Amino acid sequence: MSAPATYKPTSAFMRWIERRLPIGGLVYSSFVAYPTPRNLNYWWTFGGILTFMLAVQLLTGIVLAMHYTAQVDLAFDSVEHIMRDVNYGWLLRYLHANGASMFFLAAYIHMFRGMYYGSYKEPREVLWILGVILLLLMIMTGFLGYVLPWGQMSFWAATVITNLFSAIPLVGEGIVTWLWGGYAVGNPTLNRFYALHYLLPFVIAGVVVLHVWALHVTGQNNPDGIEPQTENETVAFTPYATIKDSFLMVVFSILLAWFVFYIPSFLGHPDNYIPANPSVTPTHIVPEWYYLPFYAILRAIPNKLIGVIALAASIAVLAFIPWLDTSKVRSARYRPLYRQFFWVFVIVCIGLGWLGSKPPEGNYVVFARIFTAYYFIFFLVILPVLGKVERTKPVPASISQAVLGKRALIGAPAPPPSGTQSA
Amino acid sequence: MIATGVVAGVGAVAALWPLVEQMNPDASTIAAGAPIEVDLTPIAEGQAIKVFWRSKPIFINHRTKKQIEDARNVDVAKLPDPQPDSARVKQGHEQWQVLIAICTHLGCIPLADQGPFDGYFCPCHGSVYDTSGRIRQGPAPLNLALPPYEFISDTKIRIG
Repeated sequence: MSAPATYKPTSAFMRWIERRLPIGGLVYSSFVAYPTPRNLNYWWTFGGILTFMLAVQLLTGIVLAMHYTAQVDLAFDSVEHIMRDVNYGWLLRYLHANGASMFFLAAYIHMFRGMYYGSYKEPREVLWILGVILLLLMIMTGFLGYVLPWGQMSFWAATVITNLFSAIPLVGEGIVTWLWGGYAVGNPTLNRFYALHYLLPFVIAGVVVLHVWALHVTGQNNPDGIEPQTENETVAFTPYATIKDSFLMVVFSILLAWFVFYIPSFLGHPDNYIPANPSVTPTHIVPEWYYLPFYAILRAIPNKLIGVIALAASIAVLAFIPWLDTSKVRSARYRPLYRQFFWVFVIVCIGLGWLGSKPPEGNYVVFARIFTAYYFIFFLVILPVLGKVERTKPVPASISQAVLGKRALIGAPAPPPSGTQSA
Repeated sequence: MIATGVVAGVGAVAALWPLVEQMNPDASTIAAGAPIEVDLTPIAEGQAIKVFWRSKPIFINHRTKKQIEDARNVDVAKLPDPQPDSARVKQGHEQWQVLIAICTHLGCIPLADQGPFDGYFCPCHGSVYDTSGRIRQGPAPLNLALPPYEFISDTKIRIG
């Protein structure tokens, strides 16, 4: 099944536009005729879901910004005003807050997919690094946004996270004062966090453009990790990938809707419904669930500076995966030993998340340290060593062989190479 | 060639400097951070109050004889952040402990008259301070900081 390779505008209007700004041709070649490997599974739909969630966050965020006031005496009340008085304000606020959670869920799934199938390997290293930059931008944006309602958790999260910079020797205290714009988290801090929270999502959108561009230059990876060699190993993006992406977007939206309409405050912290009080620290300061693994790593290390370095390193190390992993085989489908370490890694990440929500005492600390150790050992030791010593399964010569070869083994006759082929 | 580059560099720094410096505390914030005077007479022995100076919470603790004893009976060299109690109070006013109530770990406010030393305890990550505000156990690296203050009479201090 193949669509015509170049864009041929059918209407006079489109011909007029195309000659002056070939946007029709760009959209056509990138998202209609674009050759996409035909063996992709549903884990490949999360890129589209992430773009959709970015749009949801931008839209709900911009309309919320029409009603929010960033001033310490007014911020909390303005959010309550949105919840109670603004038409559908409750819906917009819950969509935005739960949308952030869904955004991170999709991002983590998307990244785990990349780690499992080797999507970071040559020639997709820059694509991967752009992704790490996107994760960092998302983390910053989410933190800035959480401060805005100016509840107890907002204020103390801002205090704790900005205080991390005081660990830097010599210039640390100066940097913290500069970030605060005062002697503590206060109105100057809230104001600038609002400005930056509005800015960063557009920076994210720009980096997403680079990310998709980098992807389209190399082509997508696929579950077998074998580059497509013939034309019939790919299908046109539209309708195949488009409909697959759309379907999972709907399923994902149902999950988002479940939270928004049935349990909208489930993922949040009740203490954030208490207005910020600089003289009272809540007994348990915890970030939102999507930051818990990093929070666990920070607290696992008893030394303040090294804890902060470990936190930064836990994200920075991701950028080096293309070089840390020495395996010549791309996909974990053909790497049985790597697969086991990978799933342990996933469990460790979830475990770190759970531990991050617990008070840092007793056995919780012990396990947080063990899991933190595995996290770094996985990247710095296991990935480099496995590539050299692992006995991989034989990699098929092509996607066709990977897909059809299996069916031949089972005994069923191979279906014709493509479904409905026109002329 | 190099001269042009240097001039361009100086120009760039000059252009960027206001953009960076604008984030530092502004004139109104600095003005709001002027010194405050606190009357100590209402504070009973064994009582600690909290005041704010420059948006920072400050403990003013009227220490009991026992708390002063405990603060002195310590092998200073063995402390994580060695400091004698005498360096943390004003001479002749040893019963008054004035500390910035911010845990030196990650910035939470400790609780007064708590913890195994009857000093301060930070609930966030379990740092324990003694009756002199010195770190004894837990992840905090330093003793509780002292604000700049002086006694303008036996019953009044100026902080800042």
